[in-house]
Amino acid sequence: MRKALMAAVAACALIAAGGTGQAQEKLRIGVMATLSGALTSGGEDGVRGAQIALKQRGGKIAGREVEFIIAATDASPDSALRAARKLVEQDKVQLILGPLSGSEGIAMRDYSKTVPNVTVVDASSGALETTYVNPSPNYFRFNSNGAMWMAGLGDYVFKDKGYKKLAVIGEDYSFPYTQVFGFALGYCKAGGQIVQRQWVPLGTKDFGSVIANIPDDVDAVFLALGGGDSVNFLNQYGQTGGKAKFVGGSIMVDQTVLSSRGNAKRLLVGTPSSGGVADAWDDPKWKAWVKAYQDAFPADKRFASPSLFATNYYNAFNGMATGLEKVNADLSDGGAKLRAELAKVELDAPNGPIKLDDDRQAIATTFITEVVETPNGELTNKFVRTVPNVSKTMGLSAEAFKAVGLPSRTNPECKP
Amino acid sequence: MALAEPRLAIATPRPREGLAEVIARQGTAFWIVAALLLVMPLIANPFWLVQILAYAMILGMIALSLMFLAGYGGIVSLIQMTVAAFAAYLVAIFGDSAITQISLKWPWWTAVPVAILLATLFGTLGGALSVRTEGIYTIMITLAIGSAFYYLTLQNYTIFNGFSGFNGVLPPVFLGVDWGSTVPFYYLALGCAALAYAVVVYVSRAPFGLALQGTRDNPRRMAALGFDVVAHRIAAYAFASVIAAFAGVLLVWYQRQVSPGTGGVGPVVDILIIAVVGGLSRPIGPFIGALVYVLLRTFALDLLEGVGFEGKRYQLLIGLGFLVIVLFSPDGLIGIWQRLRDRYRRGRETQAAQMRVGGGSP
Repeated sequence: MRKALMAAVAACALIAAGGTGQAQEKLRIGVMATLSGALTSGGEDGVRGAQIALKQRGGKIAGREVEFIIAATDASPDSALRAARKLVEQDKVQLILGPLSGSEGIAMRDYSKTVPNVTVVDASSGALETTYVNPSPNYFRFNSNGAMWMAGLGDYVFKDKGYKKLAVIGEDYSFPYTQVFGFALGYCKAGGQIVQRQWVPLGTKDFGSVIANIPDDVDAVFLALGGGDSVNFLNQYGQTGGKAKFVGGSIMVDQTVLSSRGNAKRLLVGTPSSGGVADAWDDPKWKAWVKAYQDAFPADKRFASPSLFATNYYNAFNGMATGLEKVNADLSDGGAKLRAELAKVELDAPNGPIKLDDDRQAIATTFITEVVETPNGELTNKFVRTVPNVSKTMGLSAEAFKAVGLPSRTNPECKP
Repeated sequence: MALAEPRLAIATPRPREGLAEVIARQGTAFWIVAALLLVMPLIANPFWLVQILAYAMILGMIALSLMFLAGYGGIVSLIQMTVAAFAAYLVAIFGDSAITQISLKWPWWTAVPVAILLATLFGTLGGALSVRTEGIYTIMITLAIGSAFYYLTLQNYTIFNGFSGFNGVLPPVFLGVDWGSTVPFYYLALGCAALAYAVVVYVSRAPFGLALQGTRDNPRRMAALGFDVVAHRIAAYAFASVIAAFAGVLLVWYQRQVSPGTGGVGPVVDILIIAVVGGLSRPIGPFIGALVYVLLRTFALDLLEGVGFEGKRYQLLIGLGFLVIVLFSPDGLIGIWQRLRDRYRRGRETQAAQMRVGGGSP
């Protein structure tokens, strides 16, 4: 009996201790990343990006030591909400860096409205709706959305590559829809045709039927896959002996895939793509960032060069830090001053200048790239050209963009 | 269905016990835990109340419905999480959510009963499909139903809204109380969990539960005695589905949203893990299992980073934790507790016996 009582008292004490929290000496930043599921490698690289940015600032912002509290998600909105609530309610953070994935971003946008004192700086998620439909006043995004990353690619694929007819294979959630949406805007305007769209569940292991369904008469296949799914698809496509040409979505030809083991990735050589980074860009700022990335971690604990996720987390952290420095890391007003400063931040990022629009969405540079093999056998993205100052309406007027509708499995139609 | 007759036949030899006896029968541990749970809002912060305890109680209820089937009926059904997820989806579809083009905006007092009713029907039908199978085959069929439901929700946009599911599902404001705020939601979850626990305890001792345990131990003999074994099992599915459906409604209010991940293969298996880790022999087991599960899920990453390991291996720690529990006690945490208590008692008895012997000598 006495033992049971003691145990109960101890349990209470534990819970109470967990509740009191620590004095806000250190600046606590919650970092959300996909540390399980199909996008694990991307999430891990994202965390590396944020860690490098923090290290470059000596571990401090405005003189206050920074502590990262990492919360794992699996790219589903459920897991993102659980992670965010833990960060806000248990760890008492007022700053969140993340999430990584598209549907997580939409869930976080709505969650952020319920916690107005928390400032969320999106780190890589790319759904259009996140900052376009009912945007949240405490949600900032220093990366382009999935459609913006496709700006100019459709034109390039149609005119320079001469692919007139395409089939699409993508994962069945908001980010790939957004990518296909952005691609189709330019591609269909140029005169291209998308004859088929196949959507597969995130984390698909067996692409057999999908591969068998690819029409014979298309010039290329647009792949809007990511992480483990891309590698699985390429392996299985290689085994069937297929010879199709590909056009890649932004995370299809990212370092997370190009650095994977096995030979299947060689199918990607010659694949045009576009996104927020170009591995082999010779801009000095980009080179400096690549070097910082390569120096920060031993070769077996990182990719050959920073992935889109590492770069986005790096930029997001720097954006957040720039805002925090302006207000001397003072969050006592619930972050209102910080948010006013964040909206004005202009980043001179390694992947081109970034500023925010009225909905706190980045206006940034898109890179058109092509996969090539370097002499030492590594795959990398050759820089083709930049499309500067891409905004979320993709160069259309607000009304014209609104008329296109929102990304979905079928929108926009791309019939001749 | 020949349910009614045998029920009477068994009911007679067991005298009804009054409330006082029921209360007296519970041990001190029970009352300490009950009192602790009741005053918890005074000692724990909102995060612990909702994100740990209420969540554990909701998962515990779903695992309880599995424990009822597995422990008393010998049916290992993996469909319980799917029933809960279905109820959660129905609340979002019939009630209000941020996906206004699908949600029908019924008031909660129609949406919730309809959701529970339909989810129960779904669980009962799933049970009827798998009831003639045993052991691994039941697991296979129910798992197949579960993953079929997962892929349906993932790929259907007209009803289930695909990968994103429904967000903005808010708990109702009723009797002037916002049931979504911390303390009311905690008590709501606690009330539902306690009710589910009590009902399961009651049913397990009622004629129906005893007959169900009979069908578990010797279905052929029960059939020879005149019991309709299949009907009993389907009724057990229906009963378990009600509990799971209630938990599903709480789950969607807790998450404020529902998406295919809620009823994916991962969570389906997690419920089995919770029930097995907690212990399948007693109704309190699933709740203990759920608490351990939620704690591990929430803090494994912090724990690893705290001792200087790479945080990304957190799932390894979760898996190891469960492995150790199941390895050392096939009957879960309940089994460990029981063995410790038995050893303590035996130790005291031998001590007392030695004292008696020793007391005799000068």
